[in-house]
Amino acid sequence: MTTPTDTLVPFAVAIERYEPLMGLETHVELGTRTKMFCGCITTFGAEPNSQVCPVCLGLPGSLPVVNRMAIEYAIRIGLALNCSIATWCRFARKNYFYPDMPKNFQISQYDEPLCTDGWLDIQVEGATIRVGIERVHLEEDTGKSLHVGGATGRIHGADYSLVDYNRAGIPLVEIVTKPIEGTGANAPEVARIYVTELRDLLRSLRVSDVRMEEGSLRCDVNTSLSPRGSGVWGTRTETKNVNSLRSVERAVRFEIERQAAVLDAGGRVILQTRHFHEDAGTTTSGRSKEEAQDYRYFPEPDLVPVAPSREWVEQVRAELPELPAARWTRLQAEWALSEGDMTALRNAGAFEKVAETVAAGASPSDARKWWLGELARRANEAGTDLAGLSIKPAEVARVAELVVQGALNDQLARQVLDRVLAGEGTPDEVVAARGLAVVSDEGALTAAVEAAIAANPDVAAKIRDGKLAAAGVLVGAVMKATRGKADGTRVRELILEHLT
Amino acid sequence: MELTRMTAAELIAALARSEVSATEVTQAHLDRITAVDDRVHAFLHVDADSALAQAAEVDGKRRAGAVLGPLAGVPVAVKDVFTTVGLPTTCGSRILDGWHPPYDATITQRLKQAGAIIIGKTNLDEFAMGSSTENSAFGPSHNPWDLAKIPGGSSGGSAAAVAAYEAPLAIGTDTGGSIRQPAAVCGIVGTKPTYGGSSRYGVVAFASSLDTPGPFGRTVLDTALLHEAISGYDPMDSTSIDAPVPPVVAAAREADVSGMRIGVVTDLSGDGYQPGVLSRFAEAVELLESLGAKVTEVSCPHFKYALPAYYLIAPSEVSSNLARFDAMRYGLRVGDDGTRDAEEVMALTREAGFGAEVKRRIILGTYALSSGYYDAYYGKAQQVRTLIIRDFDAAFRQVDVLVSPASPTTAFPIGERADNPMAMYLADLCTIPSDLAGNAAISVPCGLAPEDGLPVGLQVMAPALADDRLYQVAAAVEAALVGRWGQPLLSQAKGLDA
Repeated sequence: MTTPTDTLVPFAVAIERYEPLMGLETHVELGTRTKMFCGCITTFGAEPNSQVCPVCLGLPGSLPVVNRMAIEYAIRIGLALNCSIATWCRFARKNYFYPDMPKNFQISQYDEPLCTDGWLDIQVEGATIRVGIERVHLEEDTGKSLHVGGATGRIHGADYSLVDYNRAGIPLVEIVTKPIEGTGANAPEVARIYVTELRDLLRSLRVSDVRMEEGSLRCDVNTSLSPRGSGVWGTRTETKNVNSLRSVERAVRFEIERQAAVLDAGGRVILQTRHFHEDAGTTTSGRSKEEAQDYRYFPEPDLVPVAPSREWVEQVRAELPELPAARWTRLQAEWALSEGDMTALRNAGAFEKVAETVAAGASPSDARKWWLGELARRANEAGTDLAGLSIKPAEVARVAELVVQGALNDQLARQVLDRVLAGEGTPDEVVAARGLAVVSDEGALTAAVEAAIAANPDVAAKIRDGKLAAAGVLVGAVMKATRGKADGTRVRELILEHLT
Repeated sequence: MELTRMTAAELIAALARSEVSATEVTQAHLDRITAVDDRVHAFLHVDADSALAQAAEVDGKRRAGAVLGPLAGVPVAVKDVFTTVGLPTTCGSRILDGWHPPYDATITQRLKQAGAIIIGKTNLDEFAMGSSTENSAFGPSHNPWDLAKIPGGSSGGSAAAVAAYEAPLAIGTDTGGSIRQPAAVCGIVGTKPTYGGSSRYGVVAFASSLDTPGPFGRTVLDTALLHEAISGYDPMDSTSIDAPVPPVVAAAREADVSGMRIGVVTDLSGDGYQPGVLSRFAEAVELLESLGAKVTEVSCPHFKYALPAYYLIAPSEVSSNLARFDAMRYGLRVGDDGTRDAEEVMALTREAGFGAEVKRRIILGTYALSSGYYDAYYGKAQQVRTLIIRDFDAAFRQVDVLVSPASPTTAFPIGERADNPMAMYLADLCTIPSDLAGNAAISVPCGLAPEDGLPVGLQVMAPALADDRLYQVAAAVEAALVGRWGQPLLSQAKGLDA
């Protein structure tokens, strides 16, 4: 069933010969307080089978009732993705047998989804790419199986299986893109950025905690190749288990390399589900879709149709929070930054940090200076990214404020940041504990300047001869003597007063 | 008077006056069950202790002067598709043998709130699929008019229990006629309320878009009393209608058809109808005219497609609804010996646990919904359903109610149609249109067929949420006929006399 090592074609070579086509299906667990069709609560990580009732266990005789809040969340998502919201739609049953599915059918939507035909604009290498959204629909999640024993962790070969139905019936939204074409070598990156921006959008809508590692955001990636110039789309594969942003990119890249090898060898890509393996970055074949499942969809007779009134939809639209794209445009204007500056911030992963630092009171230029300069350098040294630094944006804002007030100079500020990063406390605690403050006592400064002149007669002579650039040496000596606490500008002034 | 011979209305009055206690009433019915149910086999489960405990509670409350529900102290038999805490729920199937549900159906709860005594769970065709109770995994029930005959189905146990005086009232479900046809062939009254008028929560689903719980009684008024007690909006059932319950009890008491426009459905007669059924039906129509109703003939041209459409829609829903019986969480489990995987255990369990008719419908429905056939079968059947609804709409623009025989024949011998599904399906020829349209219908006794001396039912059909009209017409017919006969029709049932 699984090939241990697939033949691959180097990515660049594959892209020369084939144009990739992608489609992404993203499942998002909604953060509603209760489940899709019953009143059970949805807290993650509870004792197995403690958040269940006759309805989500699918006991004989039980009936589903739609959670209005889940409909509202889905409408919110649809509106944010520029979709049309159906005036009338129905749920449908998707029939198949699996032990973690209590009713052996999943209540989903089929040919009458709640939201259709929208788009999401994403930024890839400074350009905007519009990803079409085919549909956004609602469904219920299944239970979660744990297959114990056996080599694969799948049901086949397991000694026994445990099922937790806490997840059964949690509302899921499925967001399906239209085919994404024309991305060429950028395809893997486009896939990753789409999911990233979709995640940010969903987070801003406050409809889900969008944690890929907890499975509240899950992604299936469809990939196919078209021989360049042929105009014919190839057979697609659907890669499941893609559970991190990086994996989305790797899964697409791997499938392009693998499918190119199959096609180069004169083979045929098989319509199938493939599983992504985080560790190896590879996919292996799962169920073949050609021999597969006829889900026998039909309208769910236990539920009346959903017909959201236009008043409701407009109210949801009016209450939408500021979306990431609009916020981006607004902040760019407020910060008076160029498109290039903004892109640099995004690429450095500094956009949110700067936004939060500004929100905490720093000027946009100071916030940008510290995050892109000193802190980026520290992160780089530590082998991490800005998100991996332990300092809070509010702490950076406080350091910037101390500099503006003149209590710290840049050199002292860097020391404070170091100490905060080292876990010595907040900026104010570090300043107090380490006595890091600019020396502003004129008498003490004058004494230090005179001492420096006395200790460096040659340099003093040069300055007296008009070589003012040499003053830097004396400034350095004063700074060293005061352990960096002196105000450099004032020190320079004092030196020149003494020698000219 | 013998307690088991009293109507529910009479029992309610006697209980209210403390002339009799709920315990005495319950004990009398338990005794009757003990005396006759080995021959009738109306019940699958009777828990005498629990029934008597419920009765004692009612008696205690009455002594304490508490406010009691409208059915306080009246025994009710419940079809074994309703979930009941404390009593098993098997649906007449091996696959649920021994299942004790952890929750009560909404109607079970409403019966308890009304003070009714749930005296037992009644036999049925497996998962309510059938017209004779012969499809029960636990053996058929017998018609109290003639024990060699079927009591109808699928709610045959409920109908037989009421006709055999084992309970004054019973609850059934009607998906294609499963209340009205047993009522007709047992000579009692049975109503299929408007779809959505009575909650399906806790009714183990057969065909969700059709299943309708409803009441049985020996009189029209009794049936209305039970109808009122179980009906009304239920937030646990999405298809439940949030509207006031039609005034069925008032209508049953009014029993006036003068000036009412009644349409005879010409399409529900002719070939395949037993002559005695047609003659009794014709007499009932004449009677209604004599009582002041304006009778006209109405054609519903698409009713002839109702049966085939039903046998695509209902099995399609069955194929999905019954998928949950997979041995994983409850009920029967076969073949789990440590060597077989989950799929094999599911298959072996379903093979052993379901009877032939259930399997037939699962396969039919699976086929009808499958890719490539959906449009031709399920899709087309839904279009037919729309045409039938339009036939009703057109008819109800001309008349207030429609009438027809409730079933083409009287009770047939046990075994006669057991191996002929098509012949069995024809028993529901007259009742299916109302199920497909979701409107309301009743069967009320209108005499005995001369050729076999077995009861014939008159079906009255009314628009959705006009259930009260059913009772108005049925009560008028009942009053006139009982007046003519000098006694209730059921008094002539002699099956248990031997």
